[in-house]
Amino acid sequence: MDSANFSGEAVPVHADITLRVNGRERALGVDTRASLLDVLREDLGLTGSKKGCDHGQCGACTVLLDGRRANSCLALAVAHDGADVVTVEGLAAEGELSPVQEAFIENDAFQCGYCTPGQLCSATAVLDEAARGWPSTVTADVSSDPVLDDAEISERMSGNLCRCGAYPGIVAAVRQAALRHRETAERTDA
Amino acid sequence: MRPFAYERATTAEDAVARHAAGDGGGNGRGGTAYLAGGTNLVDLMRLGVAQPARLVDVRRLPLDRIELDTDGGLVIGAAVTNSDLAADRTVREGHPVLAEAVVAGASGQIRNLATVGGNLLQRTRCPYFQDAAKPCNKRNPGSGCPAREGEHHNLAVIGHSAACVATHPSDMAVALAALGASVRIRNAEGERTVSLDDFYRLPGGEPECDTVLEPGELITAVEVPPLGMPSRYRKVRERASFAFALVSVAAALDVDRGAGGGGAAGGEAGGGTIRDVRLALGGVAHRPWRARRAEDVLRGAPATRESFLRAAEAEMEAAEPLRDNGYKVPLARNLIVRTLTELGEGS
Repeated sequence: MDSANFSGEAVPVHADITLRVNGRERALGVDTRASLLDVLREDLGLTGSKKGCDHGQCGACTVLLDGRRANSCLALAVAHDGADVVTVEGLAAEGELSPVQEAFIENDAFQCGYCTPGQLCSATAVLDEAARGWPSTVTADVSSDPVLDDAEISERMSGNLCRCGAYPGIVAAVRQAALRHRETAERTDA
Repeated sequence: MRPFAYERATTAEDAVARHAAGDGGGNGRGGTAYLAGGTNLVDLMRLGVAQPARLVDVRRLPLDRIELDTDGGLVIGAAVTNSDLAADRTVREGHPVLAEAVVAGASGQIRNLATVGGNLLQRTRCPYFQDAAKPCNKRNPGSGCPAREGEHHNLAVIGHSAACVATHPSDMAVALAALGASVRIRNAEGERTVSLDDFYRLPGGEPECDTVLEPGELITAVEVPPLGMPSRYRKVRERASFAFALVSVAAALDVDRGAGGGGAAGGEAGGGTIRDVRLALGGVAHRPWRARRAEDVLRGAPATRESFLRAAEAEMEAAEPLRDNGYKVPLARNLIVRTLTELGEGS
């Protein structure tokens, strides 16, 4: 399929790609202009990931892209051909809520819920990033490994806005999930 | 978003050849643009500010390594993500100012997508540049600069021109400016290396050019010399996180605490004599601002708050603030003094 660009020139805008989404291979024909978010929502019916600002500022579209959190609104689907994508629909393995999802419920970490899918994906990645020792701007000494205290959690979650203002619950939920994450890791190590 | 064709390059040479096969034109209307993480370009395309007819994707080029050279310097591939750069142990230990600058910018999600090359080439966040319905000499040369009399509280105070008062938004580039880094560039003829000082332009009468890159040239790496002294990045912004700098400072300070250097006066920073210093400012100019005047004042001077203040004032003498951004001058001065004082105290 071609579309005319502003100079009237025909531009090929169709691309065939494959994505692995929540563990399942998907072959798709996409427009080169389509964001990963639009493909997930419109082509695959995975409407958990939300379109808030569509500019990478609100984080409602956050998914795990090749294992790392990313704004799916800023990712052109065509550029991520072959990628592994986990959306909020894929966090509960075999129907069992993940520790982050459980912690969000237990800590009342949402009100309207619109930002929650992005918050959950982001928080899932925050635990992984901290476990790998990634520093943040509130880490006192970037050469040392950070400890996920409330200041670290707030900083690391700053790419996810919550208009309802459920931040205290979100921080508490991430703190609890981080604790369980560490305990699980320690049990696995032992 | 305007229709565009998409191609993925396999090597830097291939990317340059693919770019040359198009009709040039950069990121403006028509032409070919390189796509890496997309965190700035895709947004600008959605806003109608960038309208390339063709994208050459360079994100997956084999330029994703951070190499330590024999003298302790770094060669950072252009496709290294911000996250990987900030997480790198060698960077965190040898060039902490660089890791600190990177984690001071954007959000965790954006840092995972954004690349070093793209970070250097991101465009200003001047509100007029980002609004395709407004005049802007940078976006549409000759159309005028409404920012000069309009919304400019976060724009440049130094080195600006009648045509443009935009600031460069990168935190990373400010640290690289202080570190004396160079940019490795691939073109059809081969490779060239340009110091970061020469890479970025002041706006003058051609604000549409942020850098000295020629159409089709591709950044392949950033070279960072060894540092060997304590360094720090400090950033002031309108909220605690995920915001561009009002003013930022990248600094490194080497103090000789040997003979004659001890016994600092009460309340003064550590004492000793400044052997070497690197200083750059962000959020104040069209490019990362290497504060050479301040550096000249400081080399050989006692490492005291008084010296730091004198140096900061010498640097900011060249400032020409606009109606609503005069606050940046004392802010920059104070941030320089505070950052150097912290480094001088070894805190």
